[in-house]
Amino acid sequence: MAFTNEQLERYSRHIILKEVGAKGQKKLSQAKVLIIGAGGLGAPAALYLAAAGVGTIGIVDADEVDLSNLQRQVIHATADIGKPKVQSAKETMEAINPDITVNTYHTFVTSENVMDLIKDYDFILDGTDNFPAKFLINDACVMAKKPFSHAGIIRFKGQLMTYVPGQGPCYRCVFKNPPPKDAVPTCRQAGVIGAMGGVIGSLQAMEAVKYIVGAGDLLTGYLLTFDALKMEWHKVKLPPDTSKCAVCGNHPTITELIDYEQIECTEH
Amino acid sequence: MAEYNITDSVDITDVNCPITFVKTKVALDELDDGDILAIRLNDGEPVQNVPRSLKEEGHKVLGLTQNEDGTYRLIVQKVGD
Repeated sequence: MAFTNEQLERYSRHIILKEVGAKGQKKLSQAKVLIIGAGGLGAPAALYLAAAGVGTIGIVDADEVDLSNLQRQVIHATADIGKPKVQSAKETMEAINPDITVNTYHTFVTSENVMDLIKDYDFILDGTDNFPAKFLINDACVMAKKPFSHAGIIRFKGQLMTYVPGQGPCYRCVFKNPPPKDAVPTCRQAGVIGAMGGVIGSLQAMEAVKYIVGAGDLLTGYLLTFDALKMEWHKVKLPPDTSKCAVCGNHPTITELIDYEQIECTEH
Repeated sequence: MAEYNITDSVDITDVNCPITFVKTKVALDELDDGDILAIRLNDGEPVQNVPRSLKEEGHKVLGLTQNEDGTYRLIVQKVGD
């Protein structure tokens, strides 16, 4: 594919970078990234990936835009309230960059559909807000040998790590199982500072772009944590031995996908 | 001036900074290590910046000469893939 003059200008700040160049920009245009969750994390990630010219972007989300989302989910506008988030996100992304194709999946991820959702994509972003979905996405990506970015945000804290098959621990290597009920509040109960989605979701987009163009080092084998109140970052080296992991280890005991019970949080 | 075995050429007189360098980079990306690119560029900012940016990326600037129409001809050899 040859770039039009308009595309040269649109992507000029990428093409100028030694680590991206015209080749990297072409790789981006041919890449397929799936974003699961069009919320606090998925919104900024989707905006940056669309702007970057990632050729095909899928978005999975079962929810409709709610007024309480708008404090942090910057891809949606006030006029979008009531609209499926995937539709609202698609409209914003296509308005930013008409070069790209946005596929929408107006559904929750479940053990029934997750393998089918991820199968055509090169890189997956977990932008979900609950542990059952996070473990499901991890296990599915391990089983399908798909690289993915995990992230979580709550209050003034955020974290992320990147899984690439064969290149380090998966999410389950680190966290084993979902926490017991009420051990960890959902962000609906606990609150989250709006810009945290911007910080961590943007880093997820960064990892996806670096993976696609093959630049630098990914957060494989590390968990990066951010405390905004202290303005402290920690890049925690994870134990490299994955052999005993229940899903990505040498003798996995988890060989089928699990739908953990969704912990319903009582509103108000 | 020395004669070079030019592999490809690109005209960047129709664009401004930074698209001048972007267009040059896109042309270079199509070439192989050791290939030679001839670039037609305007005086002023392009002549000042494009050769410097190419050197920063490790390419070899072989020559810069003025054309009769006032534009310049920059000869660069690609280094690396």
